[in-house]
Amino acid sequence: MSISLFDISKNFGAFSALNHINLEVPEGELVALLGPSGCGKTTLLRIIAGLERTDKGKVVINGQDKTDQNVSQRGIGFVFQHYALFRHMTVFENVAFGLRVKPRNIRPSNEVITKKVHALLELVQLDWLHNRYPDQLSGGQRQRIALARALAVEPSVLLLDEPFGALDASVRKDLRQWLRNLHHELNVTSIFVTHDQEEAMEVASQVVVLNHGRIEQQGTPSQIYDHPANAFVSRFIGQTNVFDLDEHDADWLQTAGLLTPKLGEKIAHVRPHDIIIKKSIDTAKALATLKDWQHLGALIRIELVKNNINGSSDASVFAELPNDKFKELDLTRGDKVNLTIRQAHWFH
Amino acid sequence: MTVTTIKPIHKDKLVAQQQALQDPNWVRWGLIFIALSFITLFICGPLFLVIFQALSKGFAAYWAALSEPDTISAIKLTLLVALVTVPLNTVFGVAAAWAITRFDFKGKSLLTTLIDLPFSVSPVISGLIFVLLFGAQGWFGEWLMAHDIKIIFAAPGIILATLFITFPFVARQLIPLMQEMGNQEEEAALSLGASGWKTFWAITLPNIKWALLYGVLLCNARAMGEFGAVSVVSGHIRGMTNTLPLHVEVSYNDYDVVGAFASASILAALAIVTLILKTVLEWQQAKR
Repeated sequence: MSISLFDISKNFGAFSALNHINLEVPEGELVALLGPSGCGKTTLLRIIAGLERTDKGKVVINGQDKTDQNVSQRGIGFVFQHYALFRHMTVFENVAFGLRVKPRNIRPSNEVITKKVHALLELVQLDWLHNRYPDQLSGGQRQRIALARALAVEPSVLLLDEPFGALDASVRKDLRQWLRNLHHELNVTSIFVTHDQEEAMEVASQVVVLNHGRIEQQGTPSQIYDHPANAFVSRFIGQTNVFDLDEHDADWLQTAGLLTPKLGEKIAHVRPHDIIIKKSIDTAKALATLKDWQHLGALIRIELVKNNINGSSDASVFAELPNDKFKELDLTRGDKVNLTIRQAHWFH
Repeated sequence: MTVTTIKPIHKDKLVAQQQALQDPNWVRWGLIFIALSFITLFICGPLFLVIFQALSKGFAAYWAALSEPDTISAIKLTLLVALVTVPLNTVFGVAAAWAITRFDFKGKSLLTTLIDLPFSVSPVISGLIFVLLFGAQGWFGEWLMAHDIKIIFAAPGIILATLFITFPFVARQLIPLMQEMGNQEEEAALSLGASGWKTFWAITLPNIKWALLYGVLLCNARAMGEFGAVSVVSGHIRGMTNTLPLHVEVSYNDYDVVGAFASASILAALAIVTLILKTVLEWQQAKR
């Protein structure tokens, strides 16, 4: 079930939350709405769900204009950041709820409901908890039950609002992978909101980057990372070193291997892993000093301080390289190094 | 290899540490004494006195006082008033709480303030409002007389005055609870296809039931025990427009001590039952 949004705009009083949003979500995709706090991503999700009304524009789900339809008629499933499980019902009754409230003529029989609920609980590997109450479950378990509950009504679209935001780091990592696998199995068109760019890149097949109520870029994770459309996307996704031609020594940058930009472009964004460092032989002409490094597991992040012609400057440059390569270089704090910039993205 | 020994903390030191965090003995006992004397003087004392005076001429006289036609009709009127006002105010209260906590609309803060109005106004004034509206010289007085409808000095007036007085109880219990609970569970129910009505019955109501019952209990206690507002609108017509609290006053003014205290003992019993139920409900709320 594809989703199309045409010219969606939403204001809260004087504050413009969404500005002329146009979005196409093809069927079966797992899309991340990514952006900093206040960019409008949750508002957009709730408008798709029908929990908010859009001021202008249309919401079309699978070819049908659902803009004026109530949330209960849109055939969507919604998973909340804080689970929103029904606290006075057991896990079983929570998952069965969507089936029990169907109109009498299409409501399945009790046996069918029981079978379906147990099948869903098996899918999220929590059938053994079916008699417990939500306050007896851990956060990760609650979120999986919330997901099972949303899937019970066989929605055409699954919407998740920062689904792992309230969980701790290790549970979050596990559930990210689990959600991705589940999506492969079920192939329901899904949209989830997150402010964690790592999560978006890891889980989604399509990433939509939002800022101040506008879409900055839409694409696959590799497209977004390798070819950021503007400075905001480049800085928001992954780590970046920013070199402004106005503030940096042109000679230094050229020696470092930064190619001359096109006319009008004066800010270069360089990813840390695109900076190659070597121990400097001629320390007088060294480009930078190694100030410190951080051990990040498989990667080492190195903090370098630039040596300008007229003495050292304060600006730090970050490089990243694999653990073993760093050991080969045999560097210590205070060493002079030369660096080469492999590639850069230029912006105005 | 050295082995580190951990020295046990001396037991006295622990006790001393605990005591350092507590109030000194005289403060504790002083506060308890003040609280107990207060309760004895102002609550237990009068309660005991009511029962003592009611039975001062023996149980037969007590029973006779209660079986008097005027007392019976006072009891009936009180029950009627409660039976009408409590369900109505429950519905109003739930509707008001729902509107205030689930919607944004112009005049929301005005509505919230108005709900507290009956609390801030003197009960006598509350009764006077209705006299000024529906009394013979009131705004609607002529119209009512022309259509032969009696509100003031009749049961409808008493019901209206009690409705006004007891309006806030249910709403005030529900509003903070529903605000704190948030509406995520209701949104979840709606997203699963439930209608608004079904969502209310299946999701909202079970979550608010103890607070609701508590509000209903308070509403009922006030409805049965209200004196000031009812006194103004009732006209004190024996056997017709006297509620039980009014009957107590009328009997006392007639020097019918046993009668007055006998009626008062029913109200006292109501108070005790209310207290017991209140404790049970609070206990249930805490359990959740």
